Amino acid sequence: MEEHRDDLASKTGMWLFLFTEMLLFGGLFVVYSVYRYINADAFHLAAQELSVPVGTINTIILLISSATIAMSVTAIRKNNKKLSLLLLGFTILLGLVFLGNKYFEWGHHIKENIYPGSPVLASRGQGDVLFYGLYYFMTGLHALHIIIGLVFIGFIARLIIKDRIVSDNYVLLENSGLYWHLVDLIWIFLFPLFYLIT
Amino acid sequence: MSAHEGMQEPNYLEFKGKYKGIYSWIFSTDHKRIGLLYLFSILSLFVIGATIGLLMKFELIAPGKTIMDAKAYNAFFTLHGIIMIFAVVIPGLPAVFGNFMLPLQIGAKDVAFPKLNLLSWYLYVAGVLMVVISQFTGDQAPDTGWTFYAPYSFRTAGNMLPAVFGAFLLGFSSILTGLNFLVTIHRMRAPGMTWLRMPLFPWTLYATAWIQLLATPIVGITLLMIVAERLFNIGFFDPTLGGDPVLYQHLFWTYSHPAVYIMILPAMGAISEIIPTFARKIIFGYKFMVASSLLIAFVGYFVWGHHMFTANMSGKALYIFSLLTFLVAIPSAIKVFNWISTLYKASIYLQTPFFWAMAFIFVFMIGGFSGLIIGSLAADVHLHDTHFVVAHFHFIVFGGTGFAFFGAAHYWFPKITGKMYDALWANIGLTVFFIGFITLYMPMFFLGVAGMPRRYFDYDEVFHTGNIISTMGSWILYSGLSIIITNLFVSLKRGVKAPADPWGGSTLEWTIPSPPPVENFIETPIITKGPYSYK
Repeated sequence: MEEHRDDLASKTGMWLFLFTEMLLFGGLFVVYSVYRYINADAFHLAAQELSVPVGTINTIILLISSATIAMSVTAIRKNNKKLSLLLLGFTILLGLVFLGNKYFEWGHHIKENIYPGSPVLASRGQGDVLFYGLYYFMTGLHALHIIIGLVFIGFIARLIIKDRIVSDNYVLLENSGLYWHLVDLIWIFLFPLFYLIT
Repeated sequence: MSAHEGMQEPNYLEFKGKYKGIYSWIFSTDHKRIGLLYLFSILSLFVIGATIGLLMKFELIAPGKTIMDAKAYNAFFTLHGIIMIFAVVIPGLPAVFGNFMLPLQIGAKDVAFPKLNLLSWYLYVAGVLMVVISQFTGDQAPDTGWTFYAPYSFRTAGNMLPAVFGAFLLGFSSILTGLNFLVTIHRMRAPGMTWLRMPLFPWTLYATAWIQLLATPIVGITLLMIVAERLFNIGFFDPTLGGDPVLYQHLFWTYSHPAVYIMILPAMGAISEIIPTFARKIIFGYKFMVASSLLIAFVGYFVWGHHMFTANMSGKALYIFSLLTFLVAIPSAIKVFNWISTLYKASIYLQTPFFWAMAFIFVFMIGGFSGLIIGSLAADVHLHDTHFVVAHFHFIVFGGTGFAFFGAAHYWFPKITGKMYDALWANIGLTVFFIGFITLYMPMFFLGVAGMPRRYFDYDEVFHTGNIISTMGSWILYSGLSIIITNLFVSLKRGVKAPADPWGGSTLEWTIPSPPPVENFIETPIITKGPYSYK
C-alpha cells in the first residue's frame, strides 16, 4: 500500500498532542496554585533559596535552542542540509547544557539534604516540603521532556543525513521543532513560578 | 459494486500482506484488523471482569463469609473496576467499532495515522499486562478500588505501582486513539461529506475524541503523582506532610467524570445508527443530535464535583455542581426524545440490533433518572457510597454502554465477518441477558435506599432477601452473556453468507462488500446528500 502523505494532518496531530502535554502540566500548575495559596509564606521564603542566575541562564539557553531549531527548519527549506544539521547539533548541545545546569542545581540542593523524604526538609515545615516536592517533580518531569526531545531531534538529524527529510518534505523536522518549543514554553512558566515569584 | 464484479479485490480477512499467521494481525496497520485486535482483547477482558463480578455476587448471597474474606473481596472489586472501566468500557466502542467503522462511514481508506493506531493497541496491551502483573507480584493485590483514592493508595500494602502505571498506559492509549480520530475526521472525509452530512456515529466519536484528548492527561498526571508519592514520599496528597487528599479527588474526577461520557457518547452514536436503519426513516432532529453530543462533551467537563458532595466542599461549589449535573441531563434527554420520535409512524424492521436499541433506551432511562436522584444534594447525602450508586452506574455503564456494544456487535456483525448471526439464538440471548440484568441490578436500588453500603463483603441480615434476588440475577445474566457470545462465535463458523447490505442501511459502510476490501472503497465515494436518506 502506498503511503498517503498529508502534512497538514501530521501538523494537526502534533498540535493536538501538544494540547495534551499542556494539560499534563496544567494539572501540576493547579496543584502548585492550591498549595501556594495555602502556604504563601513558606513558598515565598523557599523560592528565595533557588539561584536566580542559574535559572536565568537556563532560560536563555532554552530560548536560543528554540531559535536554532526554528532556523534549522528554514535551512532545510532552502535546501541547505549542512547548515540544518549544524543548527540541530547546536540545539542538542544547548539541551545538554541545560540538563547539566539542572544536574548541578539539584545536586547542590541534595547535598544540603533538601529532597523529598529527607528529615532536614521535613523539619522545615509542610510549606517547604510541598514547595520542594513540586520543584523536584515539575522540573524533573520537564527535564524528562527535554531528554525525550533530544532523542527525537537526534532521530530527526539521522533522517536528514539519510536524505529522508528534504526541502519539500520536512514536516517531521517541523513537528520536532513544535515539540521543542512547547518544552521551552513550559519552562517559561516554571521559571517565574519557582525562581522569580518570591 | 456491479461495475467492479470483474476485478474482485481481496477482502481484509483474506488479504495476504508482508506477514503471515498471527503476525499478519499484530503487525497490521489496517484499521479493520486493529479494530478486531481490540475486539478480541476487550471481549476477553470483559469475560474475565464479568466472571469476577459473578464471584463477588456469589459472596454476597448470604451475610458473612461465603467464598471469600474481606481482603479477597477488596482485591476483587478493585480488579473488576480497573478492568471494566479502563480496559473495557472506555476503549470499548471507540477502539473496536470506531476503528472499524469510522473510516468506512466517512469514506476514507484508513485512519490518519495507521502506525499510531497500532501503537495505541500495543500501549493498551502493555497497560493490561501491568494490571495483570500487579495481581501476581508483591505481597498483596491492589485493594483501593479503581479510584486509587489518596491517602490510602500510597499507604496500603497492596501492590499499587504496576496497577497505577497500567492505568496510566491505558490512558495514553486512549489519548492516541482520540488524537487519531480527530485528525481523521478533520482531514479524511470523502469529497462532498460536509460536517452536517456526516453520520451520527462519527459525530459522537468526534465529541468523544475531544474528551479523550483534553481530559485524560489530567488523570495521567494525577496517577504519576500517586506513583511519585509511593516512591519518594513527596506529600502531594498526604495530610501529615501538608498535602490535601480532597485535591486528589478533584483531579481524579476532573478526568473520570468526563470519562463517563467517553463511555456513553459512542454508545449513543451506535444507537443513533441502528434506529434510523431499522425504522427506515431519517433520524428525527439530526442537527439536535449533533449539537447534543457536543454539548454533553462540553458540559460533562464541569460536573465532576458531584462525586464529592460528601467530601466537604464549600456550599456554593455544591450548588453549582448540582445545577450543572441537572443541566447535563438535558442533551441526553434530547437524544432519547429524538430516538423515540424517529420511531413515530416508522415502518419498523424488527431485528436483533433494534431490540438491543430498545433495551438500551429502557435501561439508559432508569440509569439516567437514578443519576438525577444522586445529583441532588440532599438525596446524595443519604445515598452516597450505598448500593444505590452501584445500581445507578451499572445501569448507565453496563446497561448503556454494554447494551449498545452488543447492539452494535449484532448490527455490524455481517459487515465485519461477512456472515449472518443466528437471529433466533441472538434474540433468546438478549431476552435472558435482559431479564438477568434487571434482576441483578434492580434490587440494588432498594438495598441502597435501605442503607446497604457498597464495597463490603458482608452485610446485615435485613438486606438478605434483596441480595439473594440480585445474586440469582447474576446467574441469569451470565447465562445470557454466554448464549450471546457463543452464538456469535458459532455464527462466525456456520452463519450464512451476508450480503453487502443486509439491513437496508443507508450509510457508506453498507455500499461496499461484506467483509470490506482491504482498501475499503474501490472508488472514493462522492457524497451528495446527508446520511439516513430513505424515501
